[in-house]
Amino acid sequence: MQQALNRALDEVLAENPKAVIFGEDCGRLGGVFRITDGLQAKHGEQRVFDTPLAESGILGMSVGLAMAGFHPIPEVQFDGFAYPAINQIVCQIARMNYRSRGTLPMPITLRVPSFGGIRAPEHHGESLEALFAHVPGLKVVAPSNPHEAYHLLKYAATRPDPVIFMEPKSRYWQKGDVAPEHGGSPTGAKVQREGRHLTLVAWGAMVARCLQVAELAAEDGIDIEVLDLRWLKPIDADALATSVRKTRRAVVVHEAPLTSGLGAEVAQLITQSCFDTLKAPVERVTGFDVPYPSGDLEDEYIPNIDRILFGTQRVLEYRRG
Amino acid sequence: MDTLTPVASGDAAGPLTPAQLRELYSLMVAVRHLDTSAIAWQRQGIIPGYAPEFGQEAAQVGSGYAVDTGRDFVFPTYREMGVARTMGVDMVAYMSTHKATWHGGLYDPLKSRLAPIQAVVAGSVLHAVGWAHGQTLAAAAGADGAAAGGGSGVALTYFGDGASSQGDVHEAMNFAAVMKAPVVFFVQNNGWAISVPTERQVAGGSVAARAAGYGMPALQIDGDDVVAVVEATRRAFAHARAGNGPVLIEAMTYRRGPHSTSDDPGRYRSLDEERDGAGADPLERFRQRLLADGIGDDEFFAGALAAARAEEEQIRTGLQALESRPGAEMFDLVFQETTPALQAQAASWREESEHV
Repeated sequence: MQQALNRALDEVLAENPKAVIFGEDCGRLGGVFRITDGLQAKHGEQRVFDTPLAESGILGMSVGLAMAGFHPIPEVQFDGFAYPAINQIVCQIARMNYRSRGTLPMPITLRVPSFGGIRAPEHHGESLEALFAHVPGLKVVAPSNPHEAYHLLKYAATRPDPVIFMEPKSRYWQKGDVAPEHGGSPTGAKVQREGRHLTLVAWGAMVARCLQVAELAAEDGIDIEVLDLRWLKPIDADALATSVRKTRRAVVVHEAPLTSGLGAEVAQLITQSCFDTLKAPVERVTGFDVPYPSGDLEDEYIPNIDRILFGTQRVLEYRRG
Repeated sequence: MDTLTPVASGDAAGPLTPAQLRELYSLMVAVRHLDTSAIAWQRQGIIPGYAPEFGQEAAQVGSGYAVDTGRDFVFPTYREMGVARTMGVDMVAYMSTHKATWHGGLYDPLKSRLAPIQAVVAGSVLHAVGWAHGQTLAAAAGADGAAAGGGSGVALTYFGDGASSQGDVHEAMNFAAVMKAPVVFFVQNNGWAISVPTERQVAGGSVAARAAGYGMPALQIDGDDVVAVVEATRRAFAHARAGNGPVLIEAMTYRRGPHSTSDDPGRYRSLDEERDGAGADPLERFRQRLLADGIGDDEFFAGALAAARAEEEQIRTGLQALESRPGAEMFDLVFQETTPALQAQAASWREESEHV
């Protein structure tokens, strides 16, 4: 996935002379995850540059660059470091188009290495999707594999609105084919596996885990569909309806804490469109309402295969009182 | 405090002509008159609120006067009415934000070269740095003007002594200094951050003193002397435009009235303190100077006041005629590319509000 993202950024820089990449260590070093590796050498220090270590500065600067006609692609090094920049993201980036009545669009693609699973220190593994998705004026997307990463980033980086691009860092070193010419639609959700008995809805790193669950369940004759939500805002309500109308059962899986998580939003969208069809209430398998734990407890926190299987079981065995 | 290297020529050259001095006076009178009128409008219920700048006319008119609206860009807070007026912004569109018609105002920021009105103190200081760095990038790329300003513009950003406590101001100064971005940080130190006086707000003696820490030249000036303000701002612009990086100007002034029309300054200072702290009224001071120098006479002053009154009446009429924006804009202007959810919400709003 790291190479797919790197290639996407390389092509964006080549195709759009107004695109600029910047953040902490993304120039000479190529980023701590090497996502911007070699881009400064190839495109120059004007297009790919290091900034001082200050997230609010990086995001506030993005606003000004966008006002000057550029297409900024800033990076915050780790999800938890987006918190110091929240004021600029929420009060400025998200609102400038509105505040200026559409005269100052904010075509900013904020790349955020996201989610846990790499046993990183505190604040280096957070699931901020619900926080971002709740803010009017922001769009949010999370790729699940190298192919999606390439196409979604290329698409996001050409949009005229701010997009928070949440890269699942536990999947950075995942290998997989990228078909550059066959991206399909870059918007909406995508069925990553067809099934008849139940829909697992996930995004980012959780998609791969749900596919594993589907494989295991197939051994017991349970045919699970895996819907990769991809866009967390706007959510593809039609794809949710289509899938769940077919399977009549759904489980949402995410790493973020349960309470007020995006799973609640997804469940409500499904309820609204599939109330008459549903055979069971929509279930959620999520992280817990605790601060993201240390590496040693990560496996207890992040939904694992067993917990997801329990979730599917609850839905499959549900009987009306 | 003046740590700015003298600039040889260019924008900073030449003293102000008598015609320019008269223009500055006329602008200050227009701003003073509109400012005091706006407070009256709030009391009369024409507008719900306003952030006065009584006493800061010299700082605002003088700095705004140095802007080249052909290439520079200005980042205001919520108290830069005088800057906007000096730059020739449509004042009905500007005051519309105080009428609660639209956040940020109804003027076109790109055409007027004035960013939308900003309520978050220090929020836009970083935007100025980003915009200014864009000038550097455009100049390096040999841009032909496709990027705003064509690469030779300077960003002028306003903030107060209170906002200087915000982390964003420090990040902005550091970024600008590291990147040598063409930014002029214009601090109006008006003595008060709502009820908190500067000495309880700014450590290190002054905001200007901080510039040294960033290796940035600073000018601490008499912000109530409009001529001094014009000259300092022009010097700073010339310095930044020549590629020497950012400059900080701290204009020492005094907010004579309340922080906003909801504020009660009587709770934190007395009228005596106000008189002692404020010094001479910048407008009256300039009038005396023009009189003494034979540049303005009573007829000129009376004419300037009459023009200000006529202008104020025109703005008030325009503001009173200004209607609320259509509700659909609430949905239409969130994104350049709308979302299905937003379209659905707009549709249900339309349907349900038809019955009201």
